Amino acid sequence: MTQTTARFINVGERTNVTGSAKFKKLIVEGQYEAALDVARDQVTGGAQIVDVNMDEGLLDSEAAMVRFLNLMASEPDIARVPVMIDSSKWSVIEAGLKCVQGKAIVNSISMKEGVEPFLAQARKVKRYGAAVVVMAFDEVGQAETTERKFEICKRAYNLLVDEVDFPPEDIIFDPNIFAVATGIEEHNEYALAFFEACKLIKANLPYARISGGLSNVSFSFRGNNMVREAMHACFLYHAIPAGLDMAIVNAGQMPVYDDIPAELRDAIEDVYFNRRADATDRLLEIAERFKGGGAKREVDLSWREGPVDKRLAHALVHGITDFIDEDTEEARQSFDHPLRVIEGPLMDGMNVVGDLFGAGKMFLPQVVKSARVMKKAVAYLLPYIEALKSEGDAKNAGKVIMATVKGDVHDIGKNIVGVVLQCNNFEVIDLGVMVPAQKILDTAKEQKADIIGLSGLITPSLDEMCYVAAEMKRQGMTIPLLIGGATTSKMHTAVKIAPGYDNPVVYVPDASRAVGVATKLMAPELKPAYVAEVADEYLKMREAYARGNQQKERLSYEAARANREQLDFTGDKAPFRPKKLGLTVLEDYDLAELATRIDWGPFFQAWDLHGRYPDILEDKTVGETARGVFNDAQEMLKRIIDERWFTARAVVGLWPANSVGDDIEIYGDEGRHSVLTTIHTLRQQMVRRREERKNYALADFVAPRESGILDYIGGFAVNTGIGVEEKAKEFEGQNNDYDAIMVKVLADRLAEAFAERLHERVRREFWGYAADETLSNEDLIAEKYRGIRPAPGYPACPDHTEKGLLFPLLDANKTAGLTLTENYAMFPTAAVSGWYFGHPDAAYFGLGKIERDQVEDYARRKGMSLSEMERWLLPNLNYEAGR
Amino acid sequence: MTRAERIARLYQEADRRILVIDGAMGTMIQRYKLELEDYAGERFANWPVDVKGNNDLLSITKPEIIREIHGQYLAAGADILETNTFSSTTIAQADYQMQSVAYEMNVAGARVAREAADAWEAAHPGSVKWVAGAVGPTNRTASISPDVNDPGYRNVSFDELRGAYAEAAKGLIEGGADILLVETIFDTLNAKAALFAIEEVFEALDIKLPVMISGTITDLSGRTLSGQTPEAFWNSVRHVQPFSVGFNCALGAEQMRPFLAELARVADTRISVYPNAGLPNAFGGYDETPHQTGHHLHEWAHDGLVNIVGGCCGTTPDHIHAIADGVKSESARTVPARPRGLRLSGLEPFELV
Repeated sequence: MTQTTARFINVGERTNVTGSAKFKKLIVEGQYEAALDVARDQVTGGAQIVDVNMDEGLLDSEAAMVRFLNLMASEPDIARVPVMIDSSKWSVIEAGLKCVQGKAIVNSISMKEGVEPFLAQARKVKRYGAAVVVMAFDEVGQAETTERKFEICKRAYNLLVDEVDFPPEDIIFDPNIFAVATGIEEHNEYALAFFEACKLIKANLPYARISGGLSNVSFSFRGNNMVREAMHACFLYHAIPAGLDMAIVNAGQMPVYDDIPAELRDAIEDVYFNRRADATDRLLEIAERFKGGGAKREVDLSWREGPVDKRLAHALVHGITDFIDEDTEEARQSFDHPLRVIEGPLMDGMNVVGDLFGAGKMFLPQVVKSARVMKKAVAYLLPYIEALKSEGDAKNAGKVIMATVKGDVHDIGKNIVGVVLQCNNFEVIDLGVMVPAQKILDTAKEQKADIIGLSGLITPSLDEMCYVAAEMKRQGMTIPLLIGGATTSKMHTAVKIAPGYDNPVVYVPDASRAVGVATKLMAPELKPAYVAEVADEYLKMREAYARGNQQKERLSYEAARANREQLDFTGDKAPFRPKKLGLTVLEDYDLAELATRIDWGPFFQAWDLHGRYPDILEDKTVGETARGVFNDAQEMLKRIIDERWFTARAVVGLWPANSVGDDIEIYGDEGRHSVLTTIHTLRQQMVRRREERKNYALADFVAPRESGILDYIGGFAVNTGIGVEEKAKEFEGQNNDYDAIMVKVLADRLAEAFAERLHERVRREFWGYAADETLSNEDLIAEKYRGIRPAPGYPACPDHTEKGLLFPLLDANKTAGLTLTENYAMFPTAAVSGWYFGHPDAAYFGLGKIERDQVEDYARRKGMSLSEMERWLLPNLNYEAGR
Repeated sequence: MTRAERIARLYQEADRRILVIDGAMGTMIQRYKLELEDYAGERFANWPVDVKGNNDLLSITKPEIIREIHGQYLAAGADILETNTFSSTTIAQADYQMQSVAYEMNVAGARVAREAADAWEAAHPGSVKWVAGAVGPTNRTASISPDVNDPGYRNVSFDELRGAYAEAAKGLIEGGADILLVETIFDTLNAKAALFAIEEVFEALDIKLPVMISGTITDLSGRTLSGQTPEAFWNSVRHVQPFSVGFNCALGAEQMRPFLAELARVADTRISVYPNAGLPNAFGGYDETPHQTGHHLHEWAHDGLVNIVGGCCGTTPDHIHAIADGVKSESARTVPARPRGLRLSGLEPFELV
């Protein structure tokens, strides 16, 4: 391609009933979906604008134009390019203009019926916000010669710019490409006249553009595609330098000029430039020899080579229905029940769609398209499911009542959820907007609905949803309640709505998730586990919430200190003198020992697989995936151990210590004369409604200095990350992102396992206060032991800068091979560090929000400025920093 | 001062400085904790459907509240008041069966805002305050099907929208609006229908008000709900040569910045922006403090991105005060000159220069 042609615009011509017999047949027969594929092929074939023409006697052209443009609008991969609305009838053009949100091109208007209609149409085009193609056509007729072409264009240009104030850059002239080599002598100059007119227009009519219908030129060679395509390529080769900006072409089928056989090319150019009297005859003769197929078009079908679940996911993400039946059939054969295809690969694919949507990588129309692919797959499976109906689990997926709650009129999201559910064989009863609670409940009872779905966008709708939930409880309903809509959230659902109803309440973040949720709630074998999982999650969220994150009312620091926890440090609660004071370094720790102690729950969360281990491995929906990733993990773990990919190191320190106010002094000697360092703890400031509830700080777990009781504290750091980065990079180098992620996930799990194992050994050996402790791995994970190991940066002590005190104490750089970044992040990242508190009543807590009075005091104690302290504690501030 | 004089002053002032548009109306109305009786008044006491929550109705039934809120925004430093007419179209009011009241809502909404502005001007001689007649998106979309089984289906047509918007525009002009503001545009085809109608009304009434256009980027994909990118959106509406173009709603300033910057790069007109007070929290409220919002908008002003700034959902007079303070000493963005070219759009922009 030359410099000039690089800027040339291809307008897709195939969606034109006058130019494509295939497209015409599809439209006349009402096969719009296949017709859309024609449009899509144009865009993937390189069309930068799509021309749509429905001028066909058999058709209601206006209706066909509207229908097709509306359908195109819901296909993002077609709708991304502008449309050229092509008709010789103004009414069809205007109907089309009312359907496009983008800035389109009208093709075309002209002075064929005089100046007045031309100007009236131009004014309308401008008001609709479109560009316009003006044909070189006036009351006399179509312009054939150079002079007439230019004269008409010039006149039209002046009228548009002067009378209509039409932007000249939005004017595109079509100086008429006519058929050549017709055997009629008058036609011999047609091509040349076009080239010359282009030059005049470009030289004299500033900013105007030039377009043309390319296929006309080769009209004499219908049936001989190779010659036609060669003629088109040759025509463009000469017209583009003359000024042609765009042409309506078959974008996918255009040979490169240089690839055209020289003999044919010369014959064509003789015709175009009318270089010899026998040009037409010679071309006709040569053309016979070049009869045959045109250029072959290539579609990227490499995705067809993947396994069936990947192909289904690809089809869902890209909205491709072409192969959905065969892929669904293949998937069906690999499952014992057709429903499993829906619950497994199809739902997984929809979850991918949901994730991409959530991440802003797909947008709404694409998601809706994905839903259509899903629907087709389900439709394919339906007869098989019906046939197995006697087995009892294949009835209509369920009946769902949907409503936007009272006081709210937003329903776009709700409608999408409704249709996506319908796609998946749910019966949806949509009660519309502003629906009072009683109507929702009455309908649900009458219809014996299985699920109620509430939607809302405005803030007050949240309260209305709480009310609906409370009414459901009061009226003794038991069916699940789904919550969705822009203003809703999982937190609000967990904290405010779910407690009001004794039966399942589930927050649905977006439409693509709705099916998964509803399906699980309708499947007797899936429901109990799912309901329990959700209830558990919401309970945890309520607890987190109750811990005070959002509560605004705070005690003064003084009052909080007065309400500190005063533990007993005597009798069987007396401090235990560690068996080994000072540092203990563990080098090259046995990874095999750690591997047996991995907590696999967070492993699956890291892979976005939700469910409890080990139940998740048998989970109907994610079980297979979970088993797959689990097996891969086991294999890699074995190699990590056998091939010693990582080195694990750790350090433990145990020292005499006492609390002083909210600080803890750590001593270098048992006489407690030399203070090694003073660490600082933060105190909860939430208002306690019940007297027995205290405002905790970690300092409370260490005996106060003035008590004279000799107490102790520990510190630790574990590191399983040595060698991890190198391994991950090695995998990345092989384009193996899966293993690159896997290796890091496993390193993290090993670090956690090491921290847990080390804590156990500290309790039993190094500190030794629980020498006879015997706990199972489950009990360990459930933290059923004495003492805690809070980590700086985590809820009980959110100040990361305290690691700056811990690390020197442990000499962690040398002993554990760990460094701290300027922001106190540990490197390697597969590491855990923290403090040990041994008191039997020491417990984990969350600091929650704190007030400025404490932050000022804390900053002073740490010798840091208030503003720097506020920066580190920002998420915990109950006030606005810096004001 | 006549409307024509005020419009002339608008162009002058916009050249001189960054103008401030007011903040959320709904958020302020919520503070009054109004009941059905307040909304309905005597006149709509026996209305067949529940009208509680129909905020636009308050311009008729509780004008003193709306006037008071406008007054608070003026005191906070707003130059431009948005009328309380976001849903005052026959289409949006159908939910309340109040199609017949829509026109009156527009007249009353513009009038009560103008009254507040006039009162301010009288008390502060030499000052000018403008009223922007707000034209909302309606609750229907002309280019998205509500029925997934039939993506070609539409539950509202261009002409239906055009009729509803024409009525709204006429009402706003009659009520005294100085500017028309087509805002919270989810679907550009709706906006194009509104702009088409507005130009028809201008022609019929032989009047021309400045038109402000404000789209909504609904999520971090950086597109409108109907799928357009900022530049594609601008190409779709540039033909009306608006007084300004910009974004509002859905996102907080922090999330909106890259999309606004993209628009500011391509739009050869003034840029307006009025984000939400951050993203909604778990309870649907907005947590961003006036200081934070003010800080973001000050940065935008400092970076030369904006000509008109203000707030949308969750913002209050305190936010507007902070915003006005923040942009006071910054100069308005210089409208860039772009080379003439053929610029089209689908969901994405097309350019041939």
